[in-house]
Amino acid sequence: MSAISVGRTLERRLAFTRSWLVRIGLVVLAFVLGVAFIGPYFAPYSPSVIPGIPFSPPSGTYWLGNDYLGEDVFSRVLSGGRTVILYGALATLLAYLVGGPIGLLAGYARSRVDGVLMRAMDVLLAFPPILFLLVVATGAGANIYALVIAIAIIHIPSIARILRAATMEISVRGYVEAAAARGDRTHVILRREILPNMWGPIVADGGPRFTVSILLVAAVNFLGLGVAPPTADWALMISENRAGITINAWSVVAPALMIALLTVSINLIADAIASGLGKSVDVEALRR
Amino acid sequence: MYIAQRLAIGVALLALVSVLVFAATQILPGDAASAILGRSATPAQKAIYRRQLGLDQPLPEQYWRWISHVLRGDLGRSVANQVPVTSFISARAGKSLVLALAALIVLLPVSVAFGVLAGIRRDRAVDHTISVTSLALIALPEFVTATFLIAFIAVALKWLPPTSIVETGGVLSNPTVLVLPVLTLCLTATPYVIRMVRSGVSETMSADYVQMARLSGIPERRVVWRHALRNAMAPTVQVLALTLQYLIGGIVIVETVFAYPGLGQGLVQAVIARDIPTVQGVAMLLAAVYIVINIVADVIVVLLIPKLRTSL
Repeated sequence: MSAISVGRTLERRLAFTRSWLVRIGLVVLAFVLGVAFIGPYFAPYSPSVIPGIPFSPPSGTYWLGNDYLGEDVFSRVLSGGRTVILYGALATLLAYLVGGPIGLLAGYARSRVDGVLMRAMDVLLAFPPILFLLVVATGAGANIYALVIAIAIIHIPSIARILRAATMEISVRGYVEAAAARGDRTHVILRREILPNMWGPIVADGGPRFTVSILLVAAVNFLGLGVAPPTADWALMISENRAGITINAWSVVAPALMIALLTVSINLIADAIASGLGKSVDVEALRR
Repeated sequence: MYIAQRLAIGVALLALVSVLVFAATQILPGDAASAILGRSATPAQKAIYRRQLGLDQPLPEQYWRWISHVLRGDLGRSVANQVPVTSFISARAGKSLVLALAALIVLLPVSVAFGVLAGIRRDRAVDHTISVTSLALIALPEFVTATFLIAFIAVALKWLPPTSIVETGGVLSNPTVLVLPVLTLCLTATPYVIRMVRSGVSETMSADYVQMARLSGIPERRVVWRHALRNAMAPTVQVLALTLQYLIGGIVIVETVFAYPGLGQGLVQAVIARDIPTVQGVAMLLAAVYIVINIVADVIVVLLIPKLRTSL
């Protein structure tokens, strides 16, 4: 591949950053990720040590005051971002690892998987996602890993269906049929000929899906069904400190602000990437 | 014929959902007996508790017993406070209904108005402003929106109570407790409705017959009102259905944030207490409502659009 065409490809790939809105989104996201992943090393106090009086207002020592136990809110804001981002990413990744192969196989082999996929989709659509998570939490207890798996399950049928449709389009192309004619095995064809064509649909679909995963992880953590208390987590902090909002509002507003910056910036970027690829963000998937 | 078919699918779905609800609440590794009785419970106590709930029997048998009671309208008794689940539901369902309807009444006219405005002025400044704002609002979790509203309106300005704990007299005699929960639901659902209405309207505005109407000299105002909007409003039924379905999930979080004593808050409390019969009952009820909304919407759409009706 010549240098010029590489440059063009890169330019095309970065075209979505031209809008000022997306640039703001990228800066905000970089800030939030910085706080979440570098912040913990700069926290003045350990997030689970109790140095102050519960719900003290901000002061020179405790920049955002203290929380319901007297922990330092500023330190906990610096330490509380990793959980929601990592568990959201884990759920999304897991969903693609399971839903992707199912979709490729169903689209290429056009097997009976189709019917099963449609029914699985129907059942999951007959249910608000949060209700499914609550039911799982009842059986599994406050267990973040069970809920991460449940969030992945919510995504799997629709991922499989999107990739199935994309595979069906690709699999009638000449080079795929040629590979089949020269006797390549199915898994080789799927990996070498079909998978490289799937990144477009995956990138367009992945952004909103990541937002949904983060929203759901945040919701279960807020409800106290996800990560357990001594852990600092932005969503959990909001519910822990709710009772003190009239005394030290920062103990709730600061973590709420971080979650807002995170989800809004990801959604702005995801929308721009998707519309750059000629697709619009599937809002229905976000709020159902 | 179509209606019967749609109903049959609905019943089949509900049956699958019941298996899912049952399996998820009973099978997963956590042991409900020790979770409720606490770690200090003796094995003998746990065994008695399991027998009480029928947890010692094979799962298909447990499911069969549960579902046959559910079909007779018996949802069992709450483990946490020993009242029948049906009376738990009837004490709370009305309050949730009031909240959901109040949100619907506020959000539909507002979001349809903004959606139409954005659709008519497509790609102008108004449209961009509305689109970007809704893209941002839609990504906010309900509890974050609620936190901001409580911090500004209830704490800083002291206009409204920060929680919606209903004391004596019910919700309707204390309407102020509804304001912030309704506002939260609206801020979350409105952008979603706006985007649906906008795409419908902007599609219609570029349709041939609208161009035709313009070219034949009909004033723009009349083109918009008589020709474009009338057709763009056809999918309203679906918008309404999707909004109602959103509200079913939305009230769970919003009621919890504001301590509003509805079905959603009750469900979350039951989940935390691992009160399996209550969770199963409430989850089945909400799923049933969700499915019924879908069926009703589909049937109404078919009845409204003659082309679909004749193809049956």
